[in-house]
This record gives sequence, C-alpha cells and structure tokens, in this order.
Amino acid sequence: MISKRFLQLFVLVLTLLGVFIAIMRHEQTQIPFLSNNKKDVWMVEARVDFKAQKNRPITVSLSLPEDTLGYKLYFEQSVSAGYGFSMVQKDGIKRGEWSIRQAQGKQTLYYKAQIVQDFSNDLPLKKVESELHIKDEILWSASEQIAANEIIDLAYAKSSNNITFTRELIKILTDMQTRKDGSLLLLKREYINVLSKLLSDAGVLHRISLALELEDARRNQSLTSVIEVLDKDEWVLFDPNNALQEEDKNFFLWTRGGKSLIEIQGGSNATVNFSMVKQSMPALELAQAHFDESGFGIFSIHRLPIEEQSLFKILLLLPIGALITVFMRLIIGIKTSGTFMPVLIAMAFLQTSLFLGLLNFVVLVAIGLILRSYLSNLNLLLVSRIATIIVIVIFLVAFMTLVGYELGFNTGMSVAFFPIIILAWTIERMSILWEEEGAKEVLTQGSGSLLVAVLAYMAMVNGYVAHLCFNFPELHLIVIALMILMGRYTGYRLLELRRFREFKNS
Amino acid sequence: MFSFITPFALKRSGILGMNSRNIEFISRYNNRKLFPLVDNKLQTKLLANEYGINTPELLFVMQYQHDVYELKEKLKDISCFAIKPACGSGGKGILVIKGREGEGFVKSSGMIIEVEEVIRHVTNILAGLYSLSGDQDVALVETLIEADTVFDDYSYQGVPDIRIIVFQGYPVMAMLRLSTKDSDGKANLHQGAVGVGLDIKTGKPINAVMNGKKVLIHPDTKHSFDTIKIENWRELLLLASSCYDMTNLGYLGADIVLDKNRGAMLLELNARPGLSIQVANSKGLLPRLREIEKVASKRTNVQKRVDFVLEKEGF
Repeated sequence: MISKRFLQLFVLVLTLLGVFIAIMRHEQTQIPFLSNNKKDVWMVEARVDFKAQKNRPITVSLSLPEDTLGYKLYFEQSVSAGYGFSMVQKDGIKRGEWSIRQAQGKQTLYYKAQIVQDFSNDLPLKKVESELHIKDEILWSASEQIAANEIIDLAYAKSSNNITFTRELIKILTDMQTRKDGSLLLLKREYINVLSKLLSDAGVLHRISLALELEDARRNQSLTSVIEVLDKDEWVLFDPNNALQEEDKNFFLWTRGGKSLIEIQGGSNATVNFSMVKQSMPALELAQAHFDESGFGIFSIHRLPIEEQSLFKILLLLPIGALITVFMRLIIGIKTSGTFMPVLIAMAFLQTSLFLGLLNFVVLVAIGLILRSYLSNLNLLLVSRIATIIVIVIFLVAFMTLVGYELGFNTGMSVAFFPIIILAWTIERMSILWEEEGAKEVLTQGSGSLLVAVLAYMAMVNGYVAHLCFNFPELHLIVIALMILMGRYTGYRLLELRRFREFKNS
Repeated sequence: MFSFITPFALKRSGILGMNSRNIEFISRYNNRKLFPLVDNKLQTKLLANEYGINTPELLFVMQYQHDVYELKEKLKDISCFAIKPACGSGGKGILVIKGREGEGFVKSSGMIIEVEEVIRHVTNILAGLYSLSGDQDVALVETLIEADTVFDDYSYQGVPDIRIIVFQGYPVMAMLRLSTKDSDGKANLHQGAVGVGLDIKTGKPINAVMNGKKVLIHPDTKHSFDTIKIENWRELLLLASSCYDMTNLGYLGADIVLDKNRGAMLLELNARPGLSIQVANSKGLLPRLREIEKVASKRTNVQKRVDFVLEKEGF
C-alpha cells in the first residue's frame, strides 16, 4: 500500500499544480476568476452540412444575423477549410457567402458569432425596409372567410392598436389550437401561415422571420418562426405560440422577412444546425479567450467548435457532482442506491428544472415499482426483466410527455432527458431492495439518492462553479486531490455518530 | 431524536467505523483474489471439507439446467433438505423443506408445494435470480440443520447462528443472531433480527440489540437473554479460527450453527462482516484489533491463538 506521507505529497502537488495553471491561465488570457459581470455573452454557432456535387464550383449563401433589440453582435468568424468567405448585403439582408472551385463528399462550414445580451442599451437600429410585400400562401374558402372575419372582429373589439390586436389574435388562435375546435382554419395548414394571413386580412403590416431561441448549452437546434409586426416605424417581435411577449424568452432574430436561410449552388441536402453556449464574463476577455493564439489559447476548450463546447460545459460539471457524492457517502454516510446514480439524476435535473425533475423522477420510479411488482410474479430472468423494465420506462416517459402536453406543461419534453437505462436499473434495484429489506430501506436509500442528487444539482447549477469548471478545467486537479483525500479518510462518518450513540454512557 | 455522540467519545470507546474497516482492515488484510472463496458457498464448503471443518452435509450440486430433470429422482429418498444458491447473500433464495406429505414437499412455514415448484426454484437459482451479480449460479442441496435445543426459547422460526469475527486467525468478538417475526425467520441484524453479544472468553451473553436498540427479552418468545448458555465455547472458537488458515483472509466473519446431532458447523464465511456486533457487545473492536496487530505472527497455530485470546486480559 502506498504510504500516507507519499499520498499527502501527491495530493499537495495536484493542488498546487491546479492552482498554478489556473493563475497562469488567468494572467495570460485575462479570463476573470469570478463571473460577476451581469452581461450575458452568447457564443452561437451555425453549422452548415451539405453534399458537394462532383466537379462543380460551389457557392453557399447563409443569411446572417444583425444587431437587434437587446442583442449586439460583437464578433463574427467563419471556420471552413479551403473556402473563400465574405459577407455581403443582398436585398438589404446580410448574407455570408462561402465559395470553392471544387469539393468532394460531405462538407461542413461553420459560422461563429458572439452576441452580447444587453437590454439596457439605448434603442437599437430598427430598419424598416421600404419594400414590404407579404405573400400569403393561403386562400380562404367562402366558409373559412366567414370564420376568419369572426376571429378578426373578435380580436379587433378587444384591442386598441396593432400590438394589442396581434396579441389578442395569438391568444385566440393558441386557444383554438389547444381546444382543437378551430380545425376549420387550422386544419392542414401551418399555424404561422394562418396567423400571417389573418394579420394580412386585418391590414396589419407584418412579416414572418426566423429566430434562434437562446438556451444555454444546446446543440442541434433549428430556427423558430416568429411574427414581427410594424408599429410606429418599429418592428415588434411576437412568439406566435405565446401571446405574452416574454422578455426572458430569448429570441434572437436570424433572418428577417421570409428570406431564405440558406441557398446553395453545386451542392445538395444542405442542413443548418445551431449550437450555443452562454458565458457570463466581459465580452472583450471572452473574445480574447476564443481567438487567442498563444500557449494557453491553443490548449483551451474555447478553441473547440461551439457544438463541442456546449457538450463540455455539461461534462466538466460532472466531477463536481461526483465529488459531492463521494463526500456525502464517505464523510456523511448517506446511503444511496447505486454509487453514482445521484450524479446522473442531477445531470437530468440540469436539463429539466429542479422541481419538475424531482416530480418526474419520483412519479416515474413509483409507477415503475408498481408495474415491476407484477413482473416479479412472472419469475423472469434478470436480463429480460430489466429489458422489460426499460420498455416500460419508455412507455411511461411517452405517457408523461402526452399528459404534460395535454395539460399544457412542457414537462413531458424534459422527462426524456432522464437516462432511461439508469432509471430502469434504479427501479430494478429498488424493487429487489423492497423484497429483501422492506419498504423502509427503499425509502432510506431513495431519499438518500435524491438528497445527494439535489445537492449535486445545486452545486452544478451555481454560476461561479460553472464558470470556474468551464474556464479553468485544471481546477479539476484539486477535485481529484479532494477525492483522493476522502478516499483515505479513516475517521467516523457523521451518521455513525448517531448509529453508535448508545456508547455515550460507557 | 437527534442524539449524537462526539467523535472523540466514539474513539475513546474504540468503535471501528465503516471507513476505517474498509481501508485499514478489509483492503489491508483481505486479498481481493481470495474473496471468491467466501462469496461462493460451494467453494467454501469444498475447502472446509479439505481442512476437516464441519459443515452441513452436501447431498448434491445442480450445476446445469438439464440437471433439474433428474431432481425428482434424486430427491426420492430425501425428506428434509435445504436448497441454496452458491452465490446468494443475506439468506436470499434458500428453500427449506422439512418433510414430505404424499407427493408434496412441506416448507418450513408449513406450506405444501409440488415438485414443479421446487424445480422452478432451482431453475431460478441457476439463472442467477438470487446471485449478487446476477450471473449464472449453481444450486447446493444440503441436509437440513436441526437447531440445537438450547436456542429453542430464543428463536422465531429460522436457525440461530453465532457470528465470530476472526482477525488474523484470532477470534476477537462474537455475537448470537436470533431470528424474529420482524426479520421473517432470517438472522440478519439489519432485517430486524436480535443480536446478542457474547463474551469472547466464556460465550456468556452480554447485551442484546434489535434494530439498533437494547432489548432484554426476545420480542416473540418473551424469554430473557440472560440465561443463554453455550457449551463447548472453546471448540467454537477453534472452529472459527481455523477458517483463517483455510482462507487466508485476515479479517473475516465466521457464521457457525449448532446442530442437535452433529455439533458446531460452519455455515458460511463473510469477508465484509458488519459493525453492529460492537453494539451487541457494548464494546468497540478497535482496541482488540490493535492488540492482535501487535502480536500476530504466522507461526502460531489455532490452539495457541485461541488460548491467547482466552487468557488475554481486557478482551
């Protein structure tokens, strides 16, 4: 066995190394240790994939975002080997154009932009294009025209100007959608087109635009259609699915006025995917971190494509959850079911939200346990039993998604973030525990797991922790040092002080 | 409700904690590659036979699924027996048949089951239903233990066993485990069985605990534990201590049963014995373990080791 002295030295070296590298990085890249800057900076990346046609010159034209209300473009960059790139203005729209003489097979182009979110700034540029032609694809039939007029009259009566009119209209339409009796107008039609047609009928100047919904650490996102309404020379943005203009709904306008997002010559099957990651630090420093060519700049996560960055943003939080689990098990003495199951639950909570995540988890495991007790009557072998539970869990998730959707909650969506296999194992383990040790032990271990998961979640969701983990990955050396220290801790666990309380008097 | 003891007081009492047990004793004295010797009851039994240690008699082993077709034939002349999974733990998957009624088998609870049910139980064992890891397992068919009458007043169903902690071949602490209605006939403390601490020198009862609390009488039979008397205590210690020579595991728990006809028998061994034995004995393990660490040497034999403990003051 390695001696205690050596171990202590090793731990010390790890800690000093972690601190040293972090300070060096801070000196070099100027990334602050504390993220006390209130401004949110988004790194957004558009990834264009397509298949090149043989022996043909290729031109790819992607519409690019411009400054809008609350968002300021700070830095733009394109990464694409061998391609020429330039930004041009076409029909009043900013577009990025990549070109190459020849290419083969699958091609990937990246456009990165750094956006500073700042609603406190003075009013942004509100260009009103002179030409504004709305081409609605919908033609009402006579009976539909009557229904449409009715809706317009209703909304008109309840409103005072274009803004409030649009809001009322969206309210009526979303209501019809959930009640499913607006079928006459909405049947077989795109919702956004119906809304647009109704606005046209009422003579409200508007346009359909594409916007990116900003959410931290998301990958493979696509753009959402939004409606912009002209009011006193200003475009006002509406979420077509939600009448309330929510400020915190982070819509970042990408393409205005129904212009195509991507045009391609010499290629086919073009797709555009968006990834983004949020940082709370001064924009200048962040830009330096991203485009720094010096030693630390190269060995930095910031150099990766945003898609990978957003993945690492979550991955680098995992050690914190693991550290908390180690602490709770070895120092406190909490019993959990499955060693690192709590960390995985906590990761799922990160994707959902704490309350909904907890609710979903408890309901899923409870229903799973009930169904599992029927399974045990069938005397199945372990492997097929767990496989069956996996299918049951998927059914449950689908069911809860449906229920959530019908009730108007978005909970269902979030259930899918739970690791299905882990859930199935949890249910299996808990039910065996129930049979062997009784319900009390299931409650102890279950609530122990949840407690650890919640604590891990609270640590991982903390802004400072996230900032340090992501920007100073070397600090994880200290995490390892702490884990090693706790791994050799031979003292009593906190709960043992209770377990052996009888010895107080001896 | 929220009563705690300070870590210093706990240390003064010499209580062995979970972390200390795992790091300073199990991982230091128990070589991982020896674990299968105790985690697999068949291996333990074969080894015990080699070393002349008394165990419940093995009638036959069912290793493959096609063996079960011969089960009915093999059980023809056996009326009492127990079927166990080799890799089960905590008394899981043990089927006890205490007699026959026509074609049917009488379970310990008195329920009568058909031969098909027995076959299904064996099939489940073979498939790993009761195995810790879920891997395939083998089923042992053993003669039934007939509990010594000395414990008749202290046990609800189930056979009581004596857990002795053996450290580097020296017996250091002992406890009698009695099943209760709560523990469902099982002798595991965390399932609600009663643990009666036994004086390591004499085998006399010290103190009894159930669910972490002191008790004076058995909750089901209402008998006081004071009167428990175990004969041939030295023999029991010898049996437990020789398990060290047999397995080379430095820190182990030997579970011993007393059979009416065949005397003390080794039931199973445990490479990670629990800590509740300290509560049952109102004594911490640490001082004894440290004492043994000072004197332990490979060159002593079982007799000398047991005598050392019997003569040692303060144990």
